Amino acid sequence: MAKDSGIGASIKRREDVRFLTGAGNYTDDISIPGQLYCFFLRSTVAHGKLNGVDTAAAAKMPGVVRIFTGKDFEAVGGLPCGWLITSRDGTPMKEPKHPILASGKVRHVGDPIAAVVARSLAEARDAAEAIEVDIEELPAVIDMKAAVSGSAASVHDEAPDNICYDWGFVEENRDAVDAAIKGAHHVTTLDLTNQRLVANPMEPRVAVGDYNRASGESTLYTTSQNPHVIRLLMGAFVLGIPEHKLRVVAPDVGGGFGSKIFHYAEEAFCTFAAKAIGKPVKWTSDRSEAFLSDAQGRDHVTKIELALDQNGKFLAIRTNTLANMGAYLSTFSTSVPTWLHGTLMAGNYTTPLIYCNVKAVFTNTVPVDAYRGAGRPEATFQLERVIDKAAREMGIDPIELRRRNFVPADAFPYQTPVAVQYDVGNYQATMDKIVELADVAGFPARRAESAARGKLRGLGVNAYIEACGIAPSQLVGQLGARAGLYESATVRVNAAGGIVVMTGSHSHGQGHETTFPQVIAEMFGVSEDMVDIVHGDSARTPMGMGTYGSRSIAVGGSAMVRAAEKIISKAKKIASHLMEASAEDVEFKNGVFSVAGTDKTIDFASVALAAYVPHNYPLDQIEPGLEETAFYDPSNFTYPAGAYACEVEVDPETGVVEVKSFAAADDFGNVINPMIVEGQVHGGLAQGIGQALRENTVYGADGQLLTGSFMDYAMPRADDMPMFTVDHSCQTPCSHNPLGVKGCGEAGAIGSPPAVVNAVLDALNSGGIKVDHIDMPVSPARVWDAIQAAQH
Amino acid sequence: MYAFDYVKAGSVSDAVAALGDEAQPISGGQTLIPTLKARLAMPSKLVDLTGIAELKSISVSGGVVKIGGAVTHGAVADSADVKGAIPALASLAGHIGDPAVRHRGTIGGSVANNDPSACYPSACLGLGATIHTSGGDIAADDFFQGMFATALGEGQIVTGVSFPVPEKAAYMKFVQPASRFALVGVFVSKGAGGVRVAVTGASESGVFRWSAAEQALAGNFSASAVPSAPSSDGMIGDLHGSPEYRAHLVSVMTKRAVAAC
Ligand SMILES: Cc1cc2nc3c(=O)[nH]c(=O)nc-3n(C[C@H](O)[C@H](O)[C@H](O)COP(=O)(O)OP(=O)(O)OC[C@H]3O[C@@H](n4cnc5c(N)ncnc54)[C@H](O)[C@@H]3O)c2cc1C
Repeated sequence: MAKDSGIGASIKRREDVRFLTGAGNYTDDISIPGQLYCFFLRSTVAHGKLNGVDTAAAAKMPGVVRIFTGKDFEAVGGLPCGWLITSRDGTPMKEPKHPILASGKVRHVGDPIAAVVARSLAEARDAAEAIEVDIEELPAVIDMKAAVSGSAASVHDEAPDNICYDWGFVEENRDAVDAAIKGAHHVTTLDLTNQRLVANPMEPRVAVGDYNRASGESTLYTTSQNPHVIRLLMGAFVLGIPEHKLRVVAPDVGGGFGSKIFHYAEEAFCTFAAKAIGKPVKWTSDRSEAFLSDAQGRDHVTKIELALDQNGKFLAIRTNTLANMGAYLSTFSTSVPTWLHGTLMAGNYTTPLIYCNVKAVFTNTVPVDAYRGAGRPEATFQLERVIDKAAREMGIDPIELRRRNFVPADAFPYQTPVAVQYDVGNYQATMDKIVELADVAGFPARRAESAARGKLRGLGVNAYIEACGIAPSQLVGQLGARAGLYESATVRVNAAGGIVVMTGSHSHGQGHETTFPQVIAEMFGVSEDMVDIVHGDSARTPMGMGTYGSRSIAVGGSAMVRAAEKIISKAKKIASHLMEASAEDVEFKNGVFSVAGTDKTIDFASVALAAYVPHNYPLDQIEPGLEETAFYDPSNFTYPAGAYACEVEVDPETGVVEVKSFAAADDFGNVINPMIVEGQVHGGLAQGIGQALRENTVYGADGQLLTGSFMDYAMPRADDMPMFTVDHSCQTPCSHNPLGVKGCGEAGAIGSPPAVVNAVLDALNSGGIKVDHIDMPVSPARVWDAIQAAQH
Repeated sequence: MYAFDYVKAGSVSDAVAALGDEAQPISGGQTLIPTLKARLAMPSKLVDLTGIAELKSISVSGGVVKIGGAVTHGAVADSADVKGAIPALASLAGHIGDPAVRHRGTIGGSVANNDPSACYPSACLGLGATIHTSGGDIAADDFFQGMFATALGEGQIVTGVSFPVPEKAAYMKFVQPASRFALVGVFVSKGAGGVRVAVTGASESGVFRWSAAEQALAGNFSASAVPSAPSSDGMIGDLHGSPEYRAHLVSVMTKRAVAAC
């Protein structure tokens, strides 16, 4: 029978009661008496010299309290970049200042030039229209290849060639890879683009800054995935506010997908302005503004070469990537195309030699940073696409080609040639599972049925692996990270037995408030109702690094387990005292302490009460109270992996692609709440299918964003999706964290784009239309164009 | 949004009287409100038409379906009368936008706006409708005058549209992937006035009648008679499709519409 409590139970999400009944408390719901409103005047020009900003007329407009420009921030730090990348020649990356408000130059459409703080938003907007900006337009640097051609304008003086870094990995392998490719039986080459995406969480960003003159404390309410990280970056690097005078609160957050990891100018501005003016300052982004100011994702242009022997064994991989940074370095932008991308180029395979070259490029576009999967989708896409192309070229079944190259189940721990070591896995097992789930055997019949209706049916199957549970601090420190990536938790057992867990992880849709109590319920033998989760407030939780990189349960959950273990250990001592037994003889099971070999028992609640009413208590040995904190630093990444299958039907007359079915076989190790895990996979698949077929961020040559609203930016919709078949029964538990968990938040978005594109190409090629590749989004127009090109 | 005055008109004459300088009618607001929010329009006054009872009725008589200017897409889609008389028209209305848009957006607003990718203009042209305005009746053939341009006089409003009931009709919409407006939409009808083929979404000159197809279908009303793609000259080219693609889709959607008739 399915469990109804504890680890493995599909408990309904407790947070849904408030989210579905409009009782959530989002940042925009927070309004503080006396609050002022801020409106940012943003550049309408992609690249230009900022010769002057005249605010005189605007300052006299009704309701205006104060107008800030770049000059007000000259003495203030720029927004920091959290990861230093070193180029092949040993030089550090170019790291130009990212000012709060533009200074000297504007560098993308949407770059904030001035901020008007007024009594109302309408008055702020009116005044912003009266600001006179003198911009001398410069040529916009948009296309990456043109940007690095040597003849483009420079986005930053510090990087005249627009190259932020030129990274080689593994540099020592370079010559060996070149030689292996040169001598190989077969080399498959593929040029592709992993297009730029806009995260578009349902809730746009909001910041409310507040300053308490009596205490000297600043508070920022913000839509963040990691309030402590914002406090650290903004306090230490931007505004110079010590941590004990700065509180950052991220209340209910309506989705982030990475875009709310980063420290943004608007957060620093509202905090700064609230102190400068002495009144709370609120900024709420609207959707149009979000398109111009939220960090965007992906945007790689890659050439990948795969060398194979006559049996289809992978010998070597070489990739050359241009990665768009946009106009400034966002918080984790530099790590995405490097350590989150190059290290995954081995995929699920035993390829012995790998070399990746990545040039990060400045352009006059919105900054690019992590978006669901961050680097790993880019790695997976190019690898799983080139494998499919190689299979077609060599006449080998694509599933068989993958199977021939999988890391065998008995080869773990497996050291890849790209630094990371996979601890556990079983890739044949998930491939077996997907072949079954997707009914690969029945595909020819389905194809024939489609053909009878004039449609081309295709099947795409691929494997994926990702590294999450981010991250071992010492390792990432060696790789250039400027932060530790542990997580923290405090477990407080109250006198009457109620339990509160204060976690440094942050939930913005993932359901922590449901799953974390399941773990505690399992460990303490209490019901989930007895456990509450506190997150998202730097004043109420221990220093933690937040939620991204599918790290919450693997790292945050581990910290919670460690703290809970300390509680149990202490509670055993208390119980042993109460039961007059030695601590070694005390057992704890299902919420009851007992003494081995006797009928003496005492329940958890009684022990908790004794800890706070220590009348009969070993005060000479232990302190009263039952509250413990643990910090957990993982010893390795976790490696969720699996196999995905997509079936599509292509209408050759119009190019329309319909996803007929999608199946996912994931190995997430142990699973705390299967229903939530499946929901995470569904969401990831929707985003991955959205990337494969619909979403695209397009800038005109002049740097105007042509897809700046949902009229042109094609978000996937529910009716674009088939019913998903998802499975997580293949489980190789993570070997190095206490729960044996790997993380599931990004897998769907990482593994699905190649399955969709491979399916479309299978449909076309098997229908006699020879097409090697179509760049995402594989829109009807692109499919039709490809068909035309193949037929003429 | 900038500040404006708001008047809720009780009758067509009240509305016309209220429409002076810089005033603008508002019906469902599905096009106008986003424009106002983006501060792209600055009317001094909005005259709301949705309280005018005479603009909110649907009637079928004498082989004509008459829909008031303030009737919502949702009401048209759900109307048993429209479904019975011209099912293609009800279906067209039922596929505009999403439920929220359909429960606000109106036929008068759509026709007056004449968005080059909107659906209703193709139904008006494809059925040979008459557009009723506060300044008199205008044949659909004369009403639509290119992207966002109509024959509607200054300060006048669309009070309704009369559609002659055809023998058969169908609308085929190929959706633009993001907005789900028509990348190409083709409305085909066969009736007393002959065969009509009206195309929306495709042309830089807005909705148009594809006369080559009309002629071909007049002799042989079958999908196989539909000509191959018209010239792509003057077709819209954008992120979602080239002029050639749109021209191709005009032919494909016409075939499918004929087949569905
Ligand atoms: C998300 C979304 C999806 C959509 N999808 C589609 C689609 O697939 N197909 C489609 O055809 N349309 C679509 N639309 C547009 C929708 O049909 C609008 O409702 C319609 O275009 C305008 O009608 P309205 O009543 O909302 O007009 P309003 O927004 O109120 O007005 C539009 C313009 O017409 C003027 N106006 C309004 N009524 C009159 C009148 N009676 N006489 C004279 N002038 C008038 C106004 O002054 C304004 O200039 C979509 C809209 C949205 C927001």
